[in-house]
Amino acid sequence: MTEPILTIRNVESFYGPIMAIRGVSLDVHVGQIVSILGANGAGKTTLLKTVSGVMDPEKGKIIFDDQEIQGLEPHKVVQKGIVHVPEGREVFPLMTVDENLSLGAYTSSNKGQIDHDRDLVFSYFPILKDRRMQEAGTLSGGQQQMLAIGRGLMASPKIMLLDEPSLGLSPLLVQEIFGILKRLNTEQNMTMMLVEQNANAALDLARHGYVMEVGRIVMDGAADILMQSDDIQNFYLGVQEEGARENRRWKRKKTWR
Amino acid sequence: MDNAQLLISGLANGCVYGLIALGFVLIYKATEAVNFAQGDFMMLGAFVTIGLTNTEYMGLPFWLALPISLGIMGALGYLLDRLIIRRIFGESQTAVVILTIALGFVIRFAAGLIWGHEPQTLQNPLAGKEVRFGGLVLGMEDVAVIVVTILLTWGLYVFFSRTKLGLAMQGASQNQLAAYYMGIPVKRVQGFIWALAGVVAGIAGILFAAKGSVDPTTGLLGIKAFAAAVIGGFGSLPGALAGGLIVGVIEPFASRYIAAGYSQIAPYALLLVVLIFRPNGLFSQVRIKKV
Repeated sequence: MTEPILTIRNVESFYGPIMAIRGVSLDVHVGQIVSILGANGAGKTTLLKTVSGVMDPEKGKIIFDDQEIQGLEPHKVVQKGIVHVPEGREVFPLMTVDENLSLGAYTSSNKGQIDHDRDLVFSYFPILKDRRMQEAGTLSGGQQQMLAIGRGLMASPKIMLLDEPSLGLSPLLVQEIFGILKRLNTEQNMTMMLVEQNANAALDLARHGYVMEVGRIVMDGAADILMQSDDIQNFYLGVQEEGARENRRWKRKKTWR
Repeated sequence: MDNAQLLISGLANGCVYGLIALGFVLIYKATEAVNFAQGDFMMLGAFVTIGLTNTEYMGLPFWLALPISLGIMGALGYLLDRLIIRRIFGESQTAVVILTIALGFVIRFAAGLIWGHEPQTLQNPLAGKEVRFGGLVLGMEDVAVIVVTILLTWGLYVFFSRTKLGLAMQGASQNQLAAYYMGIPVKRVQGFIWALAGVVAGIAGILFAAKGSVDPTTGLLGIKAFAAAVIGGFGSLPGALAGGLIVGVIEPFASRYIAAGYSQIAPYALLLVVLIFRPNGLFSQVRIKKV
């Protein structure tokens, strides 16, 4: 396999005295979609924030394109080609769709590239083109999520960090947005690191998956293998075991504990 | 005819209030802090220009002194953010409020030490000239104040809606976290906003000193401008200007038609009325965030 474009080694991050990530290591290869699954408070968002420089790790290394980037200012990280599409969309509410996209390209000054990226965004999200002049705060939740992803694309990133793109959206919209992410991955060879609670959608999209719990990675493997694993089926996909009744008399323990 | 005359002079005063209010709102939107020294900044801008142009001080030509003093004010705004405000980043809002009030005192006394406590006027090429327009006799300074404010408003509008830095400033004030994610160097952008607020205060000061006299306590006018900003809806740039104009226009009419003792409270009475009936201000941009 090729050299990974993003390597995370033994990263530890703190919120004040609370250790939110306790030594996480993972690899992302070019053109791959990697999913990170986990419940609330597992440290998934913190991990993305640490990569994008919004938080600084206490320990560990983050290597991107053969350069160490841990602890860099966020705008330097964006310049290197890592863009973070935050949880909860976080669009600029009083600015138009067009202005939001322009800010996505803040780190670039190449006019031709920006115009090309804007056309690319409009080709994947035609609704944004229709709403160009509308204030982003007046868009629906799904449209705001599309804008957030489009805004991320405007930085012409080498890798996108996507934080819960399914949050608060209807199943149909989740399907639509994940379909577009899939197309971006196959057609543009876009590398993605995806954090999700919606394990089904995430594993469907990803090539490789990691499972996080209380700040650690407890399991990893190819997405289709994870999908078959008992633990994932029970705890993340909600598959109920049929069969012997006594199995249900105790709360099932996860095998990694 | 009298009323028209009152209106024009009220508008001219209102422009100055509006520009100070603009400074309040610029900084509030970008950093969620209120700079209570904004009025004193205006006063300082006036005195810096007086110090550069007036014959008893440096006696530089007026048109040369203008860019220099605006440059100084911009640099002061930037340094204030860089050296002082950024140190208490993350402290409570009260800390920033008290700090800027204290800064106001410091600026007031420093200005008194350097330029004295006597009222002074800015020697400028427009002083004492008149414009006749229909039956109106208007001071050239009043006209200049209004024209400059219109130009500045237009300039700021273009800056905020067309330039990359302007858009970044808007972005950083609307959603700071998202601005970080987009690779906008938020702290540097905030520094530029303080600089811009300094320049706007400088312009307000120059206009004010050109049409009347300033002394170190003139900065207390900032309170009136603060009321104007609240009337307009704290957080809206056009609202700040409009609030300033409203306050400016009310004053001369109140002193003409209302008994002397009561006329001075007119702007604050209006402030109360607005706060009761439209707590977000007349031109607020408050929207509920969608989840």
